[in-house]
Amino acid sequence: MSRLAVNPTRMELRRLKTRLKTATRGHKLLKDKSDEMIRQFMSFIRENKRLREEVEGELAEALRSFMLARAVSSSQTIEQSLCMPALKADVRTGMKNVMGVDVPSIEIVPQKQEDLLPYTFVGTSGDLDNAILKISALMEKLLRLAEVEKTCNMLADEIEKNRRRVNALEYVMIPQLNETIKYIIMKLDENERGSLIRLMKVKSMIAERDGATKEPE
Amino acid sequence: MYDEVKTGRIAVIGDKDSILAFKAVGAEVYTAANVFEANERLKKLTGGEYAVVFVTEDVAALIPDTLAKLKTRTFPAVIPIPSSKGSTGLGMSGLKADVEKAIGADILFNKED
Repeated sequence: MSRLAVNPTRMELRRLKTRLKTATRGHKLLKDKSDEMIRQFMSFIRENKRLREEVEGELAEALRSFMLARAVSSSQTIEQSLCMPALKADVRTGMKNVMGVDVPSIEIVPQKQEDLLPYTFVGTSGDLDNAILKISALMEKLLRLAEVEKTCNMLADEIEKNRRRVNALEYVMIPQLNETIKYIIMKLDENERGSLIRLMKVKSMIAERDGATKEPE
Repeated sequence: MYDEVKTGRIAVIGDKDSILAFKAVGAEVYTAANVFEANERLKKLTGGEYAVVFVTEDVAALIPDTLAKLKTRTFPAVIPIPSSKGSTGLGMSGLKADVEKAIGADILFNKED
């Protein structure tokens, strides 16, 4: 692992030590965040899978009824029957915060279900009624699916981003800092030994010179 | 828990056979026959008014790039649904991709295979 390009000074050493401490702490926090996000993601994705299986089954059934209705009646009749829907599907939306990710929360606005079928029963088959009733019953589940699936999408994205951060800290930042700190400590020690030796040498040289000048006297 | 509460609308994009039934329950329905139409329609629906856009799997298969772009936004939630021809498995494969992205290995669908 390459070390950072810094001057081997005491000041730099102190600065790097603080950075290492921050990096280690950040790494631990991010790792905890990642664990918790994955835990939540797993529960969401399980629900997502269950909902999707249910919705796909039920929707296919409803659409099959609808196809039957279309086959029996003329397409003109069907379109005429459906062109003025009795209700307007509005949803209440908000934002929920799951582990720092803004996920949507979608709730259906309850409607007065007096007259769900906006047409006369003359000219259309029972399959059409069936299909529409099924789909309107399914609406709540569909919206829940939308909410959960979006949450899963966004969480998956965030988990991936977070993992990159954790890995960058664990495998690049922290080893690099450790390496640099080690390098600076070695360099400083080496300098210290160097100056100590120099002092000893100078001292012995002085002693030698003094001894040499003293002896002839 | 909720930051702000708004009302949104529901839209459905797909082929005519599949979407007409949704009209009766109050969703706004749009047809899209080709890539260009689907992209244009989806772009118009991302203004913020719409909370959920259901896209039939046939149409969703045409525009994977646009859908991927919308994945990171909170609204609208673009959700693939099976069309009248039945499910193509696209919705499930999206789920699978999410699991693989988040965990690195597919642990959800392995059991059945």
